[in-house]
Amino acid sequence: MTLAYPATLAKRKSTSYLQRLDWVLVGSALSLSIIGALLVYSATKSKQIDAGLDPQSYLKKHILNLVIGLVLGVVVSRFDYRLLRAYTPILYGAAVLGLVLVLVPHVGHTINGAHAWFLLPGGFSFQPSEVAKIAIILGMSMILSEKRDAESEPRDIDVLYALGVAALPIALIMLEPDLGTVLVIACAVLAIVAVSGAPIRWLVGLVSAGVLVSFVVFRFGILSQYQVDRFTAFTDPTSNTHGIGFNTQQARIAIGSGGIFGQGLFHGAQTQGHFVPENQTDFVYSVAGEELGFVGSVLIVILLAVILWRAIYIAVRASDLFGRLVATGVATWMAFQAFENIGMNLGITPVTGVPLPFVSYGGSSMFANWIAIGLLINVHMRAKEG
Amino acid sequence: MSEKSTLRLMVLGILIASLLITVVSRLFFLQVVSSDVYTAQAASNRVHTVETQAARGLILDQVGRPLVSNRTSLIVSVDRQALRAQEDHGKAVIDRLAPALGMTPTMLSYRLEPCGKDAHAKPPICWNGSPYQPIPVAKDISQDLALKIMERRSDYAGVVASLEAVRVYPSPFNVNAAHLLGYVGPVSDSELADQKALIDAGKLDPNGPRLRRTDLVGRGGLESQYDKQLRGVEGIKRVSVNLRGSVTGTVSQTTPVAGQDLVTNIDAKLQEVAETQLKAAIDRARATKDPNGTGNYRADSGAVVVMDVTNGHVLAMASYPSYDPSQFVGGISTKEYEALTTASANLPLISRATQGQFAPASTFKIVTASAALQNGYNPSDQFDCPSSYQVGNRVFKNFESHEYGQLSLTKGLAVSCDTMWYQVAYKWWLEAGGNNPGAHPKDPVEEMSKAYGIGRRTGIDLPAESRGRVGGREFKTLQNKQLHDSWCARSRDGYPEVAKTDPHRATLLQAYAADACANGGLFRGGDAVNMAIGQGDTVVTPLQMAVAYSALANGGTIWQPQIAKGFMRSDGHVVKTIAPKKVGSLPVSQANLEFLRSAFSEVTSQSFGTGYPPFQGFPLNQIPIAAKTGTGQAGSNKQSTSWFATFAPANKPKYAVVMMVSQGGTGSKTSAPSVRKIYEAIYGIRGSSIDPARSVLFGGEPTQTFPKVTVNGEPIYPEYRDSRTTSGGGATAPSGQSPSGSPSSGLVVVPLAAGWLANKRHGRRSRTSTRSRGGTT
Repeated sequence: MTLAYPATLAKRKSTSYLQRLDWVLVGSALSLSIIGALLVYSATKSKQIDAGLDPQSYLKKHILNLVIGLVLGVVVSRFDYRLLRAYTPILYGAAVLGLVLVLVPHVGHTINGAHAWFLLPGGFSFQPSEVAKIAIILGMSMILSEKRDAESEPRDIDVLYALGVAALPIALIMLEPDLGTVLVIACAVLAIVAVSGAPIRWLVGLVSAGVLVSFVVFRFGILSQYQVDRFTAFTDPTSNTHGIGFNTQQARIAIGSGGIFGQGLFHGAQTQGHFVPENQTDFVYSVAGEELGFVGSVLIVILLAVILWRAIYIAVRASDLFGRLVATGVATWMAFQAFENIGMNLGITPVTGVPLPFVSYGGSSMFANWIAIGLLINVHMRAKEG
Repeated sequence: MSEKSTLRLMVLGILIASLLITVVSRLFFLQVVSSDVYTAQAASNRVHTVETQAARGLILDQVGRPLVSNRTSLIVSVDRQALRAQEDHGKAVIDRLAPALGMTPTMLSYRLEPCGKDAHAKPPICWNGSPYQPIPVAKDISQDLALKIMERRSDYAGVVASLEAVRVYPSPFNVNAAHLLGYVGPVSDSELADQKALIDAGKLDPNGPRLRRTDLVGRGGLESQYDKQLRGVEGIKRVSVNLRGSVTGTVSQTTPVAGQDLVTNIDAKLQEVAETQLKAAIDRARATKDPNGTGNYRADSGAVVVMDVTNGHVLAMASYPSYDPSQFVGGISTKEYEALTTASANLPLISRATQGQFAPASTFKIVTASAALQNGYNPSDQFDCPSSYQVGNRVFKNFESHEYGQLSLTKGLAVSCDTMWYQVAYKWWLEAGGNNPGAHPKDPVEEMSKAYGIGRRTGIDLPAESRGRVGGREFKTLQNKQLHDSWCARSRDGYPEVAKTDPHRATLLQAYAADACANGGLFRGGDAVNMAIGQGDTVVTPLQMAVAYSALANGGTIWQPQIAKGFMRSDGHVVKTIAPKKVGSLPVSQANLEFLRSAFSEVTSQSFGTGYPPFQGFPLNQIPIAAKTGTGQAGSNKQSTSWFATFAPANKPKYAVVMMVSQGGTGSKTSAPSVRKIYEAIYGIRGSSIDPARSVLFGGEPTQTFPKVTVNGEPIYPEYRDSRTTSGGGATAPSGQSPSGSPSSGLVVVPLAAGWLANKRHGRRSRTSTRSRGGTT
């Protein structure tokens, strides 16, 4: 793919939407999504054949999700900046409502221990916590960038208000419980508060509170057994070879046996023998590890790195604090979620059940990722205008 | 925007970069550095191993009679996985099966639990094997039950009736031979641990043949000694499976190699005579009043060894008391095993022939006489044989205080004079310095004892042989090294625990301890004279005496006694012939050996000989028997040990026979008559006539060749009848491996073939093969 470098575009006076796009960002995200489609196809093909179902079913749905995600991204990127801020409370309200509804029995559904899904017709499902990520980033960015000039620190009351905005959905997600998403959002919250220029005591306070909460949760058994199991499986992967430990062990065997160049797409013995559970969603990275090897696995990390680099770059170049905070939030979310996911595949982080951005199968995640790209482009284009 | 904000954004960027670097480092470690480890794990993930146990080799006597064989047993096993998959977790099946097997459903369900802390019962009730393997719950079930189980699949889902090879003891001519054969038992945890250590050290292929928890291995006797050859090599089929355990293909396959047949030098007929005669000697002793005690001889144990003096082949060997090795087939109960190992049961598992140690008494004079002839005495010398002899302040008497006056060496041996040897030994002891020996005192008796192999394992091919002991200076020094400190402590502190009940005895013990503390390492004159007549600290195994008498008989060669003749495959191909092994030679001149052979023959041939009465009427003119009686003192509260050590013919020796009966009285009255019977059996003697055709040995002498086998691999022996002429079906036991997909099957679990069922249904008798050879189809 030939990519026009955006800096050259800046010189032009009046340019089209396509010309002003950050093609490096879009190209990387698109490449990851396509690699994801192939990995999901490889992970599900033989399972579907064994079950007598359409082998391309997951591939088709993944591509459909991608197309919907692209449309959402384009819409978000072209939104008027002021309108975006105006719609934020509505989005936030919808997200909170979704998070409440999902907890209602028989409305929401439990997958892998978390009461986090709405099941939709056609085999699709929807996770309101993905919307909540965007709502929190936009809501906090709005509050922390309003009513002050860019050089001054946000007032304590603003920080408190912003944290309150984040706290409600986080609490609801905790109830599902979806600890992985909570961790991702917590990191994004911390980063937004930090980049907003808030006094250092807030950062110290937030980190301390996080440590304290983690301690209390572990010490007093507030976590459900399912979550404790997932955490202990991380510390001792051989402890429970037929439960969660089995997932991580098999994923690691798949990745390790991939070697440098991999066993070839659709030819991974662990993958095709169905030894790694959940390998179209949480453990999709094991498919890349086994079939594409070190080379393919590193390529995915590089593509993610490019997206994150562009996100930080956009944050630095943003014309106003709102744009900078939104880009910061997106960058942190993507970075930490990717690290959590790849880390659990590699056995260096707990099994938390978060998807790998753009690669894992799953509609709501895909939509949220592309909405996030849309937001970054929106901020990016506004920077050029200013 | 503030500098602070931009700076913090930069920090965020660096944090994110470090996360990504962490990921790539870990990837490098997994995929580049340790890829091999994971590749191996992935391979074992997808490949499961199914073992087919090889049929264990037979143990045959010297002409091919099976002493240990295999038979097939109908067993019932239950597949727990299949039960659990059922709606009621197999409850209905268990309720139906348990009464048919004569157990309660609760007991049956206990049997299906894997051993561990959750199990209701301990081994052997709980299941010790792999959880994926069908669990055997009953053996030797009736054919009717097997049929019912295999035909009514819906009632008995998850239950399989199959054939399993078990050890069987055909006992030709009712031989027992338990101490020779040994038995098989389950693999022990320590053996599995040793094997794991080997695998971890990279010295054993984890995918190759190895011991499984459910395997049986030799435990004692030849089964243990030659376990490796008898066991054969298991067949290993490696199948690829997917996560659900469905088999997707065969990766590699090796067929099992049946264990080799062990052909022994034992002759079943002779063994039977030896066993019967040992028992006869014991019965004879028990019917005899002990003149030194109150009741009859207890005759608690005994042993007999028959050897070929020309090569060390053991032709027969028996020990009393014995046990029934078939008790161990299919697992022995704790109660049964305790009955075999308690002291009150008199330890029937211990072979008195190779593990029992007894004072050799006068049979030891073979050593003393050899030493005398090699150290200055001549065959023509006259010796003084008074009724007693005083050494220091102790008086040593002749047996029953006989007095013989002057006599020759020959007659001294024949009448078993002790006092003449006291004088000889005492003279040597004084020459060596008496109570003040030099640095290297010369001791002809100790030297000659070692030359005859006493105090050293004979090297027979049986496990856990005892060494015996030469009770000379070396032993005294060693004993002093070990006990000196405790002697001295006792001499200081006395025996307060004994003093409570018996103050007199405590005083004596303390005095002894004080003496031992001061002079413990000293080899005294009393020790020297005691040793010369086979008393004191010297102990031997009956087998050692047989080896020693064989050496005198064959011209001075110490052969390693050998039970195994060699190994052959089931097709009759001889894999290995074990050659006689010379382990030493006597430092005695041929002339002296010749003289001694003739001297010992006078024990039976001369009317004054101790062995004369039991051999009256025996054709000694044709088959002269060289012999020595022994009546050993075995401690203050034990009756005397009866010994009779012999070889024949004295002028051209071929066989050595040694019998020993513990607490059995004299050698001539208890053991000698039985030894005579053994010689009569060997030579085919009836009355005083000799007929080699009546010999128990096929062809009148030991068979050196290997037996022939039938096309079925059954050995042909003199009494062999072709079983095909008497059998109906002619079908051999079906062989094969466990159902595909069930990993790690240690047993030969053979699903009953449809043809087998058809045979049974039509009332035809399927021949129960004496051997079941896995994988030879």
